[in-house]
Amino acid sequence: MKVEEIAAKLNLKILSGSNGLQNEVSGGYTSDLLSDVMGHAGAGAVWITLQTHKNVMAVSSLKDLAAVILVKGFEPEPDMAAQSNEEAIPVLGTTEEAFTISGKLFNLLELK
Amino acid sequence: MMHFEFPIEGGNFLKAGSASSQLKKILKQLNVDPRIIKRVVVAAYEAEVNVVAHAYRGIIMIDIDTSRICIQLVDEGPGIPDIGRAMQMGFSTASPEVREMGFGAGMGLPNIKSNSDELSITSEVGKGTTVKITNYLEQ
Repeated sequence: MKVEEIAAKLNLKILSGSNGLQNEVSGGYTSDLLSDVMGHAGAGAVWITLQTHKNVMAVSSLKDLAAVILVKGFEPEPDMAAQSNEEAIPVLGTTEEAFTISGKLFNLLELK
Repeated sequence: MMHFEFPIEGGNFLKAGSASSQLKKILKQLNVDPRIIKRVVVAAYEAEVNVVAHAYRGIIMIDIDTSRICIQLVDEGPGIPDIGRAMQMGFSTASPEVREMGFGAGMGLPNIKSNSDELSITSEVGKGTTVKITNYLEQ
């Protein structure tokens, strides 16, 4: 499933990196600790977090993640948004909490 | 045999990961096995972030030959008084600001260990730390 389809089905706002909406999604990972994501997220995962700084994109790029979802209405800091555009890794937004959006993404990917 | 060096600025989180990103590009260009690239990149990033989070300045030196990728990070910084303790999962001396960013959870060194074939850490308190990470290209 592509990031674009997930954004549409989960009603996510595209906050940056729209040039990466065709990235293929293979799974998800929910964490606010960067080393946890670095150590355990798989390539092609969507990362669900409340961290809004540029280092999120550095980790996403190094791990070949498909997209980032910011929870609870958080928005990326300007340099995070800029790097998201550069790396073609979309940052998507939801007003929901991590638990809820993780469950929805899990169901969506399992039902694929 | 190829050699690359990149400086690392202590305290500058805006540039954290840039050396590891360069390293990833180099390894991709060299057609290194993607599974090995994944491991090397995780270890390099964690070691780079450690220099940013704890040291004043440092340098990352990368040596690649047909058998192995060797990464050496040499920093000027406070050093590590007890390396055994620093290696423990969950142990961290990071500042509250660094922790708020999602760093400093005490997972960095364990991540380096599990993603390297050989790891050596030497440190002198008040001077700095040297971390040497080796990954072999052949199984």
